[in-house]
Amino acid sequence: MTYMPLSLTDLALSSFLLLASGALSIALRLGLEKSIGVAAIRMLLQLAIVALMLKFIFEVNSPLWTVFFAAIMFAGAVYETVSRQTHRFPGWQTYILGAGPQFAVGLLATLLATAAVIGGDPWYAPRFVLPLLGMVLGNTMSGVSLVIETMTGSALRERTAIEARLALGASRFEALADVLHRGLRTGLMPILSSMAATGIVALPGMMTGQILAGINPVDAAKYQVMILLLISGAVALAVLATGLSAVLLLTDDRHRLRLDRLQSPSSK
Amino acid sequence: MLRVAHLKAGPLPPLTFQVAPGSSLAVEGPSGSGKTCLLRAIADLDPAPGQVFLDGAERNEVPAQVWRKAVRYCAAEPAWWTDTPRPAFNLDNSQTSRDAGVRLLRLLARLALSDNHLDRSVAVLSTGERQRLALARALLDEPRVILLDEPTAALDSANAALVEELLKYLLLSGCCLLLASHDQGLIGRMCDARLQLAKMPEAEKLSRFAAS
Repeated sequence: MTYMPLSLTDLALSSFLLLASGALSIALRLGLEKSIGVAAIRMLLQLAIVALMLKFIFEVNSPLWTVFFAAIMFAGAVYETVSRQTHRFPGWQTYILGAGPQFAVGLLATLLATAAVIGGDPWYAPRFVLPLLGMVLGNTMSGVSLVIETMTGSALRERTAIEARLALGASRFEALADVLHRGLRTGLMPILSSMAATGIVALPGMMTGQILAGINPVDAAKYQVMILLLISGAVALAVLATGLSAVLLLTDDRHRLRLDRLQSPSSK
Repeated sequence: MLRVAHLKAGPLPPLTFQVAPGSSLAVEGPSGSGKTCLLRAIADLDPAPGQVFLDGAERNEVPAQVWRKAVRYCAAEPAWWTDTPRPAFNLDNSQTSRDAGVRLLRLLARLALSDNHLDRSVAVLSTGERQRLALARALLDEPRVILLDEPTAALDSANAALVEELLKYLLLSGCCLLLASHDQGLIGRMCDARLQLAKMPEAEKLSRFAAS
């Protein structure tokens, strides 16, 4: 098996189906051509920039540049997490909640993978660190956003039931148990279902890429197993930490429900 | 003895009063005058500056859960978080559960309810049944101060009379009772003193919502 490099003509060829759908959209006046075009061009530009930056960073091979790039990825993940929320915690709390668990877990999972599992030389080489960090953050990002969104939404909806339990002498964790469980289940659902569907419904993108690039499928599968184990572990930890923190932020030390702290988009 | 000192609940001016064991205070005022705010502040469900003492202990000196077990707020519209009422009653710990079970049956009987009501779906219970069940739930662990928000609003006159009997019995047993109600007859028969809240000016209400 050999690696077949793609030329620009090859890429143009692969855009044929998308162009055809764009042409159909124009012919049938579906109005989709603009969003299809924007999404495709955006994807193209983003990947081109990232590829060039990664190439540069791989060549420089300096820990400082690696950290810098990791910081940019992390900032992007936090921005995505925070901007998806319909109800936000005030000020810095929303950023701490969106960033803290992801940062800790992203760091932990990446270090575990590069230093202990892969053991590259040197282990902090950007070729190992950055793609792994990206995979972990991409998944914790959606998990954490789902937890926060679900929990703030259910707390607002079930306010009277939560306060009834508090009034009967429940602690904040007892009163918010249902909210917490729902948040954790929702946050874990994407990664759990993608693990369950792996290999049956779809070959994971990373494994497909490796196979196409000429790697033996068994070796590609091994890497995929490692990635999925790391990602699911990381998501589970991040989701748990976010859920527990959200309970604390939704209440105060006198075990009162403090929905007045939440800012809805309309009041902002 | 419940003593409230300079308690600033929501939009209300600071209030100071006390309620002796076995006596009851009516909290009156038009809708939106802050009756619920006051009761919730005493139960420590909303932050409120000022002091509330129960037998000399200020609420902040006591863990919040312990405070709310002694000072029980019973909302006007009872909320349920389970499909049937039974799991919402605290009956699980084995040692106290037999006593609590007996107490619960007695409470239910006083409110013209039966054990069967505990296993019906909350959705099919009538509003009045839900309100009486919520009252039983609130009284089961024998709180010393009971803050009732419109306890008879959803009840017909026969059931309201049962609730009134039960409350009178609780007063005899030494509870402090705060009763927010629009029912003048109930207040007249039940309460030793009245706290009349003024209608809140609209401007003040608006500024309060802006602040929160």
